[in-house]
Amino acid sequence: MSTPAIEILGLTKDFPVGFWRKRMRRSLDNLTFQVEEGEVFGFLGPNGAGKTTTMKLLMGLIFPTSGTARVRGRSIDDVQMHREIGYLPEQPYFYDYLTARELLDYYARFSNYSKAERRERVGRFLERVGLAAAGNVQLRKFSKGMLQRAGIAQAILHDPAVVILDEPMSGLDPVGRREVRDIILDLKKQGRTVFFSTHILSDAEMLCDRVAVLAGGKLQGVGAPGEIVSMKAHAMEILFEAREGRALPAALAKNATRIGGRCRVEVPEEALYGALEQLRNCEARILSVSPVHPTLEDYFFRLVGSPATSRGLEEISR
Amino acid sequence: MNATVGPVAINTFREAVRDRVLYNLVLFALLMIGAAILVGEISIGIERLVIINLGLSAISIFGLVMAIFIGVGLVYKEIEKRTLYSLLAKPIRRWQFLVGKFAGLLLTLGVNTIFMTLGLAAALVYVGGHFVRSDASILVAIYFILLEFALVTALAMFFSCFSSPMLSTLFTLGIYITGVFADDIHGIGEFTKNPAVLAITRTLYYLVPNFHNFNAIDTVAHGGAIPFSLVWQNTLYAALYIALLLVAGSAVFSGRNLK
Amino acid sequence: MSHLSQTRALWAALAGVPLLFAAIAALQMKIDAGTRAYMEENEELLLRSGSAVRKMSLGYDSLLADLYWTRAVQYYGSRAGFANAKFGLLWPLLDIATTLDPKLIVAYRFGAIFLSEPSPAGAGRPDLAVELVKRGIAENPDDWNLNGDLGFLYYWWMRDYPNSAAAYLQGSKNPKAPSWLKIMAARVAEKGGSLDTSRMIWSEIYQSTQDKKIRDRAMEMLRGLKAREDETELDELAQAYKIRFGHFPDSTKAMLDAGMLRAIPVDPAGYPYVFGPDGKSSLVPISPVVIPPDLKAPPEVSK
Repeated sequence: MSTPAIEILGLTKDFPVGFWRKRMRRSLDNLTFQVEEGEVFGFLGPNGAGKTTTMKLLMGLIFPTSGTARVRGRSIDDVQMHREIGYLPEQPYFYDYLTARELLDYYARFSNYSKAERRERVGRFLERVGLAAAGNVQLRKFSKGMLQRAGIAQAILHDPAVVILDEPMSGLDPVGRREVRDIILDLKKQGRTVFFSTHILSDAEMLCDRVAVLAGGKLQGVGAPGEIVSMKAHAMEILFEAREGRALPAALAKNATRIGGRCRVEVPEEALYGALEQLRNCEARILSVSPVHPTLEDYFFRLVGSPATSRGLEEISR
Repeated sequence: MNATVGPVAINTFREAVRDRVLYNLVLFALLMIGAAILVGEISIGIERLVIINLGLSAISIFGLVMAIFIGVGLVYKEIEKRTLYSLLAKPIRRWQFLVGKFAGLLLTLGVNTIFMTLGLAAALVYVGGHFVRSDASILVAIYFILLEFALVTALAMFFSCFSSPMLSTLFTLGIYITGVFADDIHGIGEFTKNPAVLAITRTLYYLVPNFHNFNAIDTVAHGGAIPFSLVWQNTLYAALYIALLLVAGSAVFSGRNLK
Repeated sequence: MSHLSQTRALWAALAGVPLLFAAIAALQMKIDAGTRAYMEENEELLLRSGSAVRKMSLGYDSLLADLYWTRAVQYYGSRAGFANAKFGLLWPLLDIATTLDPKLIVAYRFGAIFLSEPSPAGAGRPDLAVELVKRGIAENPDDWNLNGDLGFLYYWWMRDYPNSAAAYLQGSKNPKAPSWLKIMAARVAEKGGSLDTSRMIWSEIYQSTQDKKIRDRAMEMLRGLKAREDETELDELAQAYKIRFGHFPDSTKAMLDAGMLRAIPVDPAGYPYVFGPDGKSSLVPISPVVIPPDLKAPPEVSK
């Protein structure tokens, strides 16, 4: 296999906290993974997980405490590496006194294009991100979504082999999100590598060849979205109505959620019959039994320990 | 190198123009017009002197205010607004960015000063009817003023590489004022005859940029000539000091984590 | 493989910082040396009008006065001793200082001496000195020293003996004034200028001030006066020598041998006097004693 597009080797980043800069807080802990050439790679994790930190380390905006990374075999210290890489910062902001066209022309100047080439390219990419009509409007009049598009345009303007997008979908309406998805798929079609972060999991499930999940600065897992999901044991969902005055068995009560007048409980597949037996014993009315199709969302929430799924039945028995 | 420094410089210039920085020229023009009209009425015999003094002082003050207040924001604003992130993703080194910003502000100040010089020339023609030979030395004085701007810009930018605009302004103003009075500080040391004080004032004298060197307003106002040796010495002095500040600023800035 | 590989190069460049500073300091010294001469004509003073400065001082008049006074002294000190030193700014500086603080006696007294002295010791403007001191007297009628200075200025530089006598007399009316003012008034009125009177004035100036520069100047004058007196005496003796021997003495030793002197006379710096072929005595060229031009032809000695 050829050189990986992005190779992250033990990246660790400590930030100083406190006024006197004495204590250090670890925001990225020994991160190691690879993004292969030509894949669309999703970088998932809740806010504060370290996604932006990783990307800024890759772009040389901040410097690692230890570890290193390579892009297409080149060290991230090497400024020439930036010729092959495009970057969209999180919530991008640009020189608001420029028009979109001027902004792109400015950035294009760093890629040694001729004047005619720049003009052609800028026009083409404005079109591609849907800003053709707004090309001569100053960026201070742009909406957040338009800025995001301009940001994507500048990231891919010089046909980089590797595109790093930090939260490319955030701030966009559903139409805008679909357009960004199309751009990403388009880039993939052209054989480029796209490494993007998101916390909108459906986007990742829909687009990514592989994903990495980050939480608390630590890598939680890497794999195809399907693989990550399948790490989890299959579960069955039981929907039932508890009978008035009858207490539920403790094991079930702990896991059940009340929805309207009904209760919902998830049990591992192998425990299904035992659970049904117990429900029958306390005269509960079984409404449905169905397999759970786990999503990245669930995986994600479990990692973070979101209260959504761990809330007990205390409310019900009250 | 020009491939990276040039665009940054031009963009910095464009920012200043679009932010209406050059509007100060209107104020300068009004000042010159007012002075030209008034000076004929009240100061008979020294019209030229007053116009030259006033014009050069105004060029200097306007430019210094711009150099300091724009200079301290050059780097800080790009970090604060995060416009720097997408720029540094391009194949550009941080020192190239700094040099570009510096050159851009200098370009702005230069253009501004050219317009002001034209205004001063117009006022001189108005009160005097024609130019005299010694007016050429006014251009040398303006060149010195430009050197001063470059030095102040480099100072302001150096501080803005690691501190807030507010603090940078204070530091820059502090050093500027110390530099203007460098001679007097030196004199105080000589005057006290105290070796410790003398050592301190002498060190300070050679350490701070000596802005006194660049002040030729009074000489040229009285029609005096400036020796050529001073021209190249001042040029070299400014160049050395600016190089020092840019290297130090680059070293600090290149290692800095952009929050 | 560190993140700072490019930064490291810059830090290495930083090691050159002391070198750059050294170059800058060296250049500054060169600039200073070059500007010293041209600084004479290039004297910058933003505001030459004391009253303008006073208006702009926002109530810090006396502090500003001190600053200007300090500047005046530094200004004088930085130029004194250079050949052809001019002191074009001394008057505006002192003018501003005393306008800001009319009670600044030191400034008037400094001006009395160094505005009037000709180059290279002073600005050569006794008229401005008179103006300054007159203003000082008007503002500080209690200070008899200023009357003495005015008397001196009229006597020494203007050779205006009636005005000089009047100034001394006015000072002597001050109950705190020492008696010599009255004596001076009488002497100047009676005899006009004479070496004795001159010596008395300079020794009183010497004693009445703490300013080291003025004291040095007075001491120098007194030494010059002493030398001038010696020369006058030696010239008279030389005439007597010629009558006895038919020719002028070639040295003071010849006069000693002839029994006309009890010892070899020396000038205040300890050097013996020499004789020219015309029988006129003079200082040896290496003697540091200076007879200022005006003393060579002392104010009309009326016998």
